[in-house]
Amino acid sequence: MSRIKYLAPALYILFLLLPIYWLVNMSFKTTNEILGSFSLWPAEFTLDNYRTIFTDPTWYNGYINSLSYVLLNTVISVSFALPAAYAFSRYRFLGDKHLFFWLLTNRMAPPAVFALPFFQLYSSIGLFDTPVAVALAHCLFNIPLAVWILEGFMAGVPRELDETAFIDGYSFPKFFVRIFIPTITAGIGVAAFFCFMFSWVELLLAKTLTSVAAKPIAATMTRTASTSGYELGLLAAAGALTIIPGAIVIWFVRHHIARGFALGRV
Amino acid sequence: MNHRVTHQKAWWMVLPVVALVAFNAVIPLMTVVNYSFQETFGDNVFFWEGTRWYLQILQSDRFHAALYRQLIFTGIVLAVEIPLGIAIALCMPRKGIGVSVCLVLMALPLLIPWNVVGAMWNIFALPDIGLLGRGINALGIDYNFTRQPLSAWFTVILMDIWHWTSLVVLLCYAGLCAIPNAYYQAGKIDGAGNWQIFRHIQLPKLKRVLTIAILLRFMDSFMIYTEPFVLTGGGPGNATTFLSIDLVKIALGQFDLGPAAAMSLIYFIIILLLCWVFHTLMMRGEERS
Repeated sequence: MSRIKYLAPALYILFLLLPIYWLVNMSFKTTNEILGSFSLWPAEFTLDNYRTIFTDPTWYNGYINSLSYVLLNTVISVSFALPAAYAFSRYRFLGDKHLFFWLLTNRMAPPAVFALPFFQLYSSIGLFDTPVAVALAHCLFNIPLAVWILEGFMAGVPRELDETAFIDGYSFPKFFVRIFIPTITAGIGVAAFFCFMFSWVELLLAKTLTSVAAKPIAATMTRTASTSGYELGLLAAAGALTIIPGAIVIWFVRHHIARGFALGRV
Repeated sequence: MNHRVTHQKAWWMVLPVVALVAFNAVIPLMTVVNYSFQETFGDNVFFWEGTRWYLQILQSDRFHAALYRQLIFTGIVLAVEIPLGIAIALCMPRKGIGVSVCLVLMALPLLIPWNVVGAMWNIFALPDIGLLGRGINALGIDYNFTRQPLSAWFTVILMDIWHWTSLVVLLCYAGLCAIPNAYYQAGKIDGAGNWQIFRHIQLPKLKRVLTIAILLRFMDSFMIYTEPFVLTGGGPGNATTFLSIDLVKIALGQFDLGPAAAMSLIYFIIILLLCWVFHTLMMRGEERS
């Protein structure tokens, strides 16, 4: 019985891996081979596509740009969300429920709606085409998410912890940094994971807010596809490389991913 | 602790978040509201138009067609991903190395940039060089997603299932792991079969995570832009032009700011309304049980 049961996840994983395999397969082929013949694995194995990406600054700068705004956004989102989530989990205050709901509605705003106004807003304050602009823009949906996840984790920490610390003479900031943050590191990890994820995969806003200097890797890919013809091998190699940062992050938080959303309140 | 002090402190702690989100949400939203009531010919000259753009959008066949396509797409995607996600989560191993392997491999599609997802499926599904395209054509079915609307729809939906079912699986798996063993033992003593255990123990306990899963999948599938844009460009014809794709076409392609802004607001209000309906329906069920 149990053997048969595992067939479903196994088949599902196979289905997930097929397109990824095909992308990696393409990335090791020459353009001629891709367009000329059909084979399940590369006949003339080549690393040229990867070599181009690692030596051409327009390519590897794309990765640096993407990673810099994603990391910046993760740091901003989590550090802003921490005190707010604490307030929502510990105190009742005027308008708290409405505020929480308003924050969540921003998660429901289609990025397409905000593309043009964001372009004008960040141009007018002189941040257009910088990683800071993208990092701040992504806060629109990542801060609500981070508050939501962290609030769930904090609600699971008993209030007695706070009260004992205050009785022991800890000031609030000291308590928060020395005692509270270490207790919810798992929650911080999960929140950071989801911020990283949604900032890394988003393209519409990132593309709208950059032109040359801060162009993300994903935008470099779309432009290359249209200007230099049909370099599918190069495109596939660039795509395959974008999977790696995500895979590394998943490995670190694999024990906690599933808990992240489960603990948040709706 | 003194209550008044607590209140003040709480607001100070929320303030940075409120300020940053308000900067990102309220200013752009007001810009959109502003455009939606006016006509402009450039040079920052505006003419008051009242509700003209709203009426124009609400009466246009183009908007109706895009909305209709969007509703069908979201409906199909939810109908497939939610049951499939629950089923796979039920079959997953609960301990051992299998758990880590499953979780890591399943989370992989969630962390691939959306345009790479589109590009990957493009390469995968092309009838001449793609594994999927070749495979389907080899079965004797005529399949070409760049020319046939039906094939395009099939590809876009399959891509979304590939991309997002894992999110439902992860959430349900987390929910299932949180059920104490005593519940299952009680079920066994009462002689419950697999289906009865699922119906009366697991499903009610999954309600909370399922609400989150359905809401997230609803919102994100309703806002979908990048993946179908890269895969099909909204075509063939307008066959896969969903709301966001249509909106970007109007706003950035034709630069019709007024109608685009009016459409943005109608679009946002539809999402808010439907989320509220889902949430109320599912929460009411929870209160009753």
